[in-house]
Amino acid sequence: MLHVARLARLELTDDEVEHMTGELQKVLGHIDKIAELDLEGVEPTSHVVAVENALRADEPEPSLPRDVALASAPAVSDDGFLVPSPQAS
Amino acid sequence: MSRPTDLTAVEAAAAVRAGELSAAELFDAYRERAAADDLNAYTWVADAAPSEAPAADAPLAGVPVAVKDLFCTEGIPSQAGSRYLEGYCPPYTSTAVQRLLDAGAPVLGKTNQDEFAMGSSNENSGYGPVLNPWDHTRVPGGSSGGSAAAVAGGSAPWALGTDTGGSIRQPAALTGIVGLKPTYGSISRYGMIAFASSLDQAGPLTRTVADAALMLRHLQGADSRDMTSVGLRDEVVLPTAERLDGIRLGVPEELLGEGIEPGVRAAFEQSLALAEELGATVETTHLPHAPHALSAYYILAPAECSSNLARFDGVRYGARVDADTLTDMYTRTRHDGFGPEVKRRIMLGTYALSSGYYDAYYGKAQRVRTKIAEDFRAAFERFDFIVTPTSPNVAFELGSKTDDPLSMYLNDFCTVPMSLAGIPAISIPNGLADGLPTGLQLAAPAFGENKLLEAAHALEAALGFERLDQKTVAA
Repeated sequence: MLHVARLARLELTDDEVEHMTGELQKVLGHIDKIAELDLEGVEPTSHVVAVENALRADEPEPSLPRDVALASAPAVSDDGFLVPSPQAS
Repeated sequence: MSRPTDLTAVEAAAAVRAGELSAAELFDAYRERAAADDLNAYTWVADAAPSEAPAADAPLAGVPVAVKDLFCTEGIPSQAGSRYLEGYCPPYTSTAVQRLLDAGAPVLGKTNQDEFAMGSSNENSGYGPVLNPWDHTRVPGGSSGGSAAAVAGGSAPWALGTDTGGSIRQPAALTGIVGLKPTYGSISRYGMIAFASSLDQAGPLTRTVADAALMLRHLQGADSRDMTSVGLRDEVVLPTAERLDGIRLGVPEELLGEGIEPGVRAAFEQSLALAEELGATVETTHLPHAPHALSAYYILAPAECSSNLARFDGVRYGARVDADTLTDMYTRTRHDGFGPEVKRRIMLGTYALSSGYYDAYYGKAQRVRTKIAEDFRAAFERFDFIVTPTSPNVAFELGSKTDDPLSMYLNDFCTVPMSLAGIPAISIPNGLADGLPTGLQLAAPAFGENKLLEAAHALEAALGFERLDQKTVAA
């Protein structure tokens, strides 16, 4: 659980870990039924509607002005998003 | 004359265009109702009618629309049912909403929903549960529960929702209205706060099948901002059919197991008999892999969700919990910002995609998806439509399933197969069981919306269901 939570960048309290372990075990018990199916040679489906490469012309288009894009940020510095240093200990 | 709020959307648009009703009067009548809503259906309601009247030739003629909160609306809160996005006003508008605005349908309000559309009861909203207008102790279904409650309760003429595994059809069924999930790709997903991108599809929740057709006509279309959008091939026609002569209905045995409540089954069987009276043939058929659809869905959707929700990292918008390091800021922000169901699905999806488990879960689920699509293709060689109850049960009591995620997920048993196959499906009111609405689901081949709407319209007329907003007219 804690390994998966770390992968998901999600902090969980001890209480949450305990609860979720039981709940997810039950869900996985149901999901595991698909292991019974023989799907040898079946192609996987990642997208249901046949779409050829959808390309647009490679031309610059207007996008959000910088001040608008920054307006909803919790913290900004000069003209960028402000975050804690990844190196800080 | 009847009150403006008694009119269906098709009727209201016609009345405005004929000069019998002013768009502002119509908007204000609904705005008053929405502002007085006691179902917690709305997270935001417009404070005034649009200052400009709709253009004389605007096809939707000022008929206001309630919009599920996960559609981005410029300058209007778009919180997707999450505390993470509390107060967030996007800098742009989603294509689906923009198309409705361009056709002359202004936004009446934003509707409550399960957080990031994850839920089947609307109890997973960060802004409190929505109540079912038929019985305030029961859920309206989810995740488009606010949109369904608004339409069923009569505070909106129609609403926009999204459906990933049943989130339009199931709440429509549980509140006695019409809900349409169109073919995947028919409506742009641009500006829809994403849950599971290969499944998410916008669609209408309406009083009538004709209203659903009218809204779909103006929603559909390819969009260069969503490269998976292709639009529908034919213009959507308002349905007029009264008969089902020559129509072949297939009833898949695998979706009618013991999980269906007796009252729901009885209502379903009555509708099949009615369909035969209208000229249809009804036969049992098989979707051999349908029993595995729920398992595949609860791998694929959480997997996509765990990827999509990585964007909520405390950097660009929404909440942030301050911390000394970047990783601690991420993990604490996400802990505090997300509710329990969202956390569960992120964990489930991250696990299913993690090294060593990918093939056993995600890879396998994608292959099940292929088999389910093949099952439907085979069935549609013999049948025009596949019909099932929309939900195995009527609206259940608030809180009765919140401690058991698996029992909650089983609500989606009849709706997820169509989502995995990407095909259109509609839920129409199918009479009452124990005094509560049930839904009839019809599914069609991809891009078969016009035929689907015609058949649903004929059945709707024959069923003659009295909606809640019609019952309260006298009150």
